[in-house]
Amino acid sequence: MTAELGHFALALALGLALLQAVLPLYGAARGRQALMDLARHTALGQFILAAIAFGALTRAYVFSDFSVSAVAQNSHSLKPLLYRLTGVWGNHEGSLLLWILILTLFGAMVAVFGSGLRKTLQVRVLAVQAMIGSGFLAFTLLTSNPFARVWPPPLDGAGLNPLLQDPGLAFHPPLLYFGYVGLSVAFSFAVAALIEGRVDRAWARWVRPWTLAAWAGLTAGIALGSWWAYYELGWGGFWFWDPVENASFMPWLAATALLHSAIAAERRQALRSWTVLLAILAFSLSLLGAFLVRSGVLTSVHAFATDPERGVFILLLLGIATGGAFALYAWRAPALGAGVPFRPVSREGALVLNNLVLVTACATVLLGTLYPLFLDALDAGKVSVGPPYFAATFVPLVAPALVAMAVGPMLAWKRGDLAGALGRLWLAALGAALAAGAALAYGETMAALGLGAAAWIGLGALVEWAERLRLGRAPAGEVWRRARAIPRAAWGGGLAHLGVAVVVAGITASQCFQSELILAMKPGDSARIAGYTIRYDGTARVEGPNYRADRATLSVLRNGAPAAVLAPERRFYPVERQHTTEAAIRTTFLADLYAVIGEDDAQAGRTVRLYHNPLVPWIWIGAIVMALGALVSLSDRRLRLAAPRRRQQPAAS
Amino acid sequence: MRRLLFLLPLAVFAALAAWLYIGLGGDPARIPSPLVGRTAPAFAVDGLATADLEGPALVNIFASWCVPCRAEHPLLTHLAEKEGVAIYGIAYKDKPENANAFLAELGNPYRRVGYDRDGQAGVEWGVTGVPETFVLDAGSVVVFKHTGPLTPDTVRRDLLPALGR
Repeated sequence: MTAELGHFALALALGLALLQAVLPLYGAARGRQALMDLARHTALGQFILAAIAFGALTRAYVFSDFSVSAVAQNSHSLKPLLYRLTGVWGNHEGSLLLWILILTLFGAMVAVFGSGLRKTLQVRVLAVQAMIGSGFLAFTLLTSNPFARVWPPPLDGAGLNPLLQDPGLAFHPPLLYFGYVGLSVAFSFAVAALIEGRVDRAWARWVRPWTLAAWAGLTAGIALGSWWAYYELGWGGFWFWDPVENASFMPWLAATALLHSAIAAERRQALRSWTVLLAILAFSLSLLGAFLVRSGVLTSVHAFATDPERGVFILLLLGIATGGAFALYAWRAPALGAGVPFRPVSREGALVLNNLVLVTACATVLLGTLYPLFLDALDAGKVSVGPPYFAATFVPLVAPALVAMAVGPMLAWKRGDLAGALGRLWLAALGAALAAGAALAYGETMAALGLGAAAWIGLGALVEWAERLRLGRAPAGEVWRRARAIPRAAWGGGLAHLGVAVVVAGITASQCFQSELILAMKPGDSARIAGYTIRYDGTARVEGPNYRADRATLSVLRNGAPAAVLAPERRFYPVERQHTTEAAIRTTFLADLYAVIGEDDAQAGRTVRLYHNPLVPWIWIGAIVMALGALVSLSDRRLRLAAPRRRQQPAAS
Repeated sequence: MRRLLFLLPLAVFAALAAWLYIGLGGDPARIPSPLVGRTAPAFAVDGLATADLEGPALVNIFASWCVPCRAEHPLLTHLAEKEGVAIYGIAYKDKPENANAFLAELGNPYRRVGYDRDGQAGVEWGVTGVPETFVLDAGSVVVFKHTGPLTPDTVRRDLLPALGR
């Protein structure tokens, strides 16, 4: 019965979304107050209905109601409660419902917190948001009903892919979707601004918090996904340039560009039509990602729920949303007018450079991701694209932006002083030279570039703070007063840049200084890696809640003294008939010791793979710092969602 | 001129969307692999070479590290056991012991398996992603190629007709 209730709630939500997509727009055009007010109520209603539907599906999973087809296909009564819960979104139908839940949540938030907005703008944003919602609700109801029943119900479910039964992955989709869907608000703001024909300072100020929230979610979600890949897939790598990873990385790049250009739009009225374009682009790339992951046009190690029939529907959604928005852009954007002029060397100039690099990088990733499709169409044959392509194109592209990153925040608006900025960054330059020199001493040119860049950016962010505080030049009281007066957005921006520095250091060190050892070991055998001695003590059979595992005991010795015990596992899930490897990781936050076991061979012994990955944890620490930066920035008074704002009369057009 | 610049995003997107639509196979005039219409490419790896292929048959590119390959495996087993289709497997960029463990775990639907350790055969076959399946006719001419995991639909709609059934 609850499944039918959920289905019914979804259908009702579609009805409300359709109303909200049409009537308020008409009301805003004609100045009909009642029709405009409708949008806020329907937005809240949609969220409540979506929450009911999501609750109904969750109940079916928790109580293992196998008469619901999606539950029967993706769950199992022996699965731990946590994975029965996360199983809700571990498949196509449920993940769409999660998408809808978050979409309507954002709609409701615009309705509640957006009361300070110009009424017509708020109403139009909500209408566009409802158009997107209608598309996804119709998609779910017509092609991927999560509440479809099976008769007769199976005795037990088919289980969830064991690779996905993991705490890291449990929270990866909600964070990622929060990011993807959050960008829909920026998209709706862009389309609403094009309908209104005006992009003013207030508009840019309102777009930024939504983008910041979405960006924080995306950053954390991508980091969590790569962390999962690192410890679960057992390859010791953290990023594979897989189509599914790229699908989340492209919106992230576009959203990063949008965050920066929106600053220029807000503060200087510059780059306005460009900001609108980026807002459309960022969400379009989210949609494209959904298409790539779900349609089966590309194959991927993560591919789940691919189905060409559904692909047509998502492509249609993408065509209407993005095609419509770009058409509107071509028609209305020329009238938005050019911004205030600025010199190439200025804060605006630095932001333009940032945007050019990020958008080009994004295009490179897009090209690399869609390459297999292009190849087929071009009859070019016989080329394989993979990590080498991205290493050769993406890395050199981003390198100059890393150098500019420390300088940009030091430049003044409109016309900056490059020599002065570089002069004030002498400490960062010194740090970069020391880091690069140290890496060169190990004979690693790439490491010198990477670590040099990391030191440059990180110290650059610190120098920028010190400059703002007049640290070392003003008395302590003055510094304290300044520290309190600096807007949170400035703290947040610096923190995010600091996070980038940490990530760059982590990636560089783990790529250049990784040690790897693959060998067959018998109980009692020892191996040496990066100054540690690893002794294989044997393997025991252990029983998990829904798996059997071989658990090896590897003693880690440092200078002959025991330092740790690593217990990597090789699990077998009988329901899904699948093996997984569970890496054992000992981290010092400066380096990871990483062990995976393979099969046991009577003669040769057990295959053991050992890795020593320096600075790898920094990749995720840095990502967390970046996301924190966004949250700090989000708490800025100027941007705070519910901050009282002068009420404007509804413009009667 | 300035107006044209603002039209650019729309134009680029329209081209991309058209391309994706073609890639989706929603278009009857789908552009096939360059291999279609030619005889099977010359290759020789440990366990399998061009001379071993006897059409009509399927050539399936798989790997033990590929999750979609697991997804399509039951279909291959069904084709081999119930429909009597000859299937040749090429384990792409895979160690023989890993490929054998994969087959030991899930069952071996292949008449012969070639171990393409470094992806050399994959280059000859123009592999862009694993899994891929090629259909050879009686004269060992490639008549159809499917990229990605097989689904019951593709088998019924494309593979079996291409095999002449």
